[in-house]
Amino acid sequence: MAGIDQSKIRNFCIVAHIDHGKSTLADRIIEQTGLLTSREMQAQVLDNMDLERERGITIKAQAVRTVYKAKDGEEYIFNLIDTPGHVDFNYEVSRSLAACDGAILVVDAAQGVEAQTLANVYLALDHDLDVMPVINKIDLPSAEPDRVMEEIEDIIGIEAHDAPLISAKTGLNVDQVLEQIVEKIPAPGGDPKAPLKALIFDSLYDSYKGVIVFCRLREGTVRKGTKIRMMATGAEADVVEVGYFGAGQFIPCDELEAGMVGYITASLKNVGDTRVGDTITDAANPCEEPLPGYKKVNPMVYCGLYPADGAKYPDLRDALEKLQLNDASLQFEPETSIALGFGFRCGFLGLLHLEIIQERLEREYNLDLVTTAPGVIYKVYKTNGDVIELTNPSNLPDPSEIEYMEEPMVKAEIMVTSEFIGTIMDLCQERRGEYLGMEYIEETRAVLHYRLPLNEIIYDFFDALKSRSRGYASFDYEMDGYQRSELVKLDILVNKEEVDALSFIVHADTAYERGRKMCEKLKEEIPRQLFEIPIQAAIGGKIIARETVRAMRKDVLAKCYGGDISRKRKLLEKQKEGKKRMRQVGNVEIPQKAFMSVLKLDDK
Amino acid sequence: MRLLELYIHIPFCKKKCKYCDFLSGPSTADERESYVKSLCQDIRSYAHLAKACRVISIFVGGGTPSTLTAFQMQQIFSAVRDTFVVEENAEITVEMNPGTVDREKLSGYKKCGINRLSIGLQSTKNRELQILGRIHTYEEFLETYHMARAEGFENINVDLMSAIPGQSLTDWEENLKTVAELAPEHISAYSLIMEEGTPFYEEYGEGRHADELPDEETERKMYWRTKEILSKYGYERYEISNYAKPGYACRHNIGYWERTEYLGIGTGAASLINNSRFNYGEEPEKLTVSAQMEETMFLGLRMMKGVSKIEFLKMYGESMENVYGNVIRDMEQKGLLEDGEDFVKLTDRGIDVSNYVMSEFLL
Repeated sequence: MAGIDQSKIRNFCIVAHIDHGKSTLADRIIEQTGLLTSREMQAQVLDNMDLERERGITIKAQAVRTVYKAKDGEEYIFNLIDTPGHVDFNYEVSRSLAACDGAILVVDAAQGVEAQTLANVYLALDHDLDVMPVINKIDLPSAEPDRVMEEIEDIIGIEAHDAPLISAKTGLNVDQVLEQIVEKIPAPGGDPKAPLKALIFDSLYDSYKGVIVFCRLREGTVRKGTKIRMMATGAEADVVEVGYFGAGQFIPCDELEAGMVGYITASLKNVGDTRVGDTITDAANPCEEPLPGYKKVNPMVYCGLYPADGAKYPDLRDALEKLQLNDASLQFEPETSIALGFGFRCGFLGLLHLEIIQERLEREYNLDLVTTAPGVIYKVYKTNGDVIELTNPSNLPDPSEIEYMEEPMVKAEIMVTSEFIGTIMDLCQERRGEYLGMEYIEETRAVLHYRLPLNEIIYDFFDALKSRSRGYASFDYEMDGYQRSELVKLDILVNKEEVDALSFIVHADTAYERGRKMCEKLKEEIPRQLFEIPIQAAIGGKIIARETVRAMRKDVLAKCYGGDISRKRKLLEKQKEGKKRMRQVGNVEIPQKAFMSVLKLDDK
Repeated sequence: MRLLELYIHIPFCKKKCKYCDFLSGPSTADERESYVKSLCQDIRSYAHLAKACRVISIFVGGGTPSTLTAFQMQQIFSAVRDTFVVEENAEITVEMNPGTVDREKLSGYKKCGINRLSIGLQSTKNRELQILGRIHTYEEFLETYHMARAEGFENINVDLMSAIPGQSLTDWEENLKTVAELAPEHISAYSLIMEEGTPFYEEYGEGRHADELPDEETERKMYWRTKEILSKYGYERYEISNYAKPGYACRHNIGYWERTEYLGIGTGAASLINNSRFNYGEEPEKLTVSAQMEETMFLGLRMMKGVSKIEFLKMYGESMENVYGNVIRDMEQKGLLEDGEDFVKLTDRGIDVSNYVMSEFLL
């Protein structure tokens, strides 16, 4: 197929604060444009698409190519690249942005600029993207487009007076967005004849095609048979297929050229070889320098994952291996817990990432899991000079061997309306936050800057923030190194036996309080059993809190006659089902969710 | 010949009690009339099944079956006897509430062949009766009871209820002794259950107003005192909540716990036929062999004598040891089951937590 005129390509993404309407606008854009150029229509690639369809391959919605017939009569190819909407995936976001030439900024006409709006815009500007604002939800009664326009200009400093005023929900004025994409987002550059230089912005594993790499070509051309090399990992492979993204399927084509966005499949077995941010080049004719910005993403949050049924350990391992094919940032290694048996210590980019993986394991692989409380990586400086990166509290050396410990910190920006500044400052204080400053971005709204320990925000900080500000505060953070801290390991004893999977690291000042709350929480979570169960919290062998689960006194149905039998069975089945969700630790049955209790210590 | 039990449901009562979740409610004379009519038709429609069976017990339950006239009861029993072969010494029970019968009605019932009465007393204290929303006083019960004796009923059950809001252990003991002094042949003593959908559930369900109810400890004391007191009066506890003088255990109810086949007729009545359990008007659903075994255990364990290993082997061609050996030993080790020569039965502690034990027997 003849090359596509670069001037007719627009590569862009949509950035927005959560719930400002990013996905809805993306849906409208796809709806109001076509998937093929009229020339391609005649070329009958449809046959190919059918084949894809039969094989049931669907792509993640990471990118989609659509064709727009503009008012100037020309057809433009739009490559809409999706960006993950969560701080856990900041690096992925930055790589997706790097694959674009421009960004549509969606701002809610009622809520205006929020913390994530700012963070995402700055990220886009950092990548030299042209940012094109769109004001959404103007059909809301509370919409104040003029105020929001001002806000965008004042706070972000980009021209917003010709921003389309749209309702992505109803489709109102979305046509203006399409026209502005053509006008305002620059066409890509790059020389198709130069040595190949392509940015990987995502990859996935498909059981038919193997590893599928999503990339943006900066220079050169790639086609079937090209021997490619990943510049950071060094992996080499022959290209099997290249193509672009229809809505929901892969559409093969002959070649991808500089300026284009598409996919490559090659003889690669492992997604780990194709790391997001890496540069693909031609092994025979490599480019001199890789594209800037590659880094290996490291997990920030660790937790133990155990099969509820110990016999399912191999299944869990297989499932994790399969997920890792699609998600190079997921890390895991085997570990053993006295309480939970064989499982894995897994590393995640953040709590959301953890939840996604957990849910996929449960849903797609039908595994029943016990998850231990997530923790961060602590640095333990030992008296003998060794430094340990601690991901599992159970591995904390004896206090006598510890010189001191450090914990990871973050810099947080919290955007909040002025009435809640006090409450939110209290919250940050409680979470050991260090106040760095505050600035008003308009009369009623301010940005608070705090430095906080990561372990104070990974659990429920976001929820607490939302509930204490009635949903108005928004929040963003970035990692900010390590800091020395007085940390201790809190052990939990159930029926006088230490349950390793319940141990966690906590700041010395809050240890007593946390221990007490943990015992209270576990008392709620652990159902009464045949005997009395003491629950104790201890630091270094010293008991600091105790609760007791009283013995089950009565569990009997007074009546059971002819008409009650089916109901009685249901009751017993429910009871049996409940037992299955328990973990036998010593003599005590502990519900699986109790192992996450530490996450809920700040309820209410 | 297959042995069959009949259950006939009468969904009428004078007024709903506050704890009652049975299918029953007040009715008009016309409604009762037409219900009895269709009930009789239904009974007669079982002629095909009846041919293969011998009826060993009949239980007319409710609601309050004694809301029916003697004539209506006679119509029902004519239909039964026209259709089924009823054994001569069959146990035939009718439930009744104090204040709903007179001598004439009782005499009419007796003529139907009814030989056992089950009277819903619940409490001997009028204050407690009022709390429960009962329609009668203790004095009215006495009148009914003596009337029944005078009419020659020699097998009477009295229902009592413990753990009523505001009830003390002493209150309960007094209730028991007062009734035991009357010497009915059978006493059912239930602990009040807050069933969903009842006014009591609204008031006391999910831990509401727990301070007004006897606490768990007291409730258990009530339970264990029941056995102590009643045994002094010559009653034996033969099931978790049932006590009888020798020879007067309720055969019909034992049938439920031993999985004898029973046919339920009337609105909402349940049946067990050909190893299918179904409610009246619903499609039968066959129980798997595992489900049958489970039932044998969780129903059988309700009885104090327990479940016979020999009978189990006869029924299923597989030993209880094979199927449940591990569970039995685990429960025995926890002090909840006693594993005897032939019978496996609950220990005292096992009774207190019997749901826990029974759930272990689900396969």
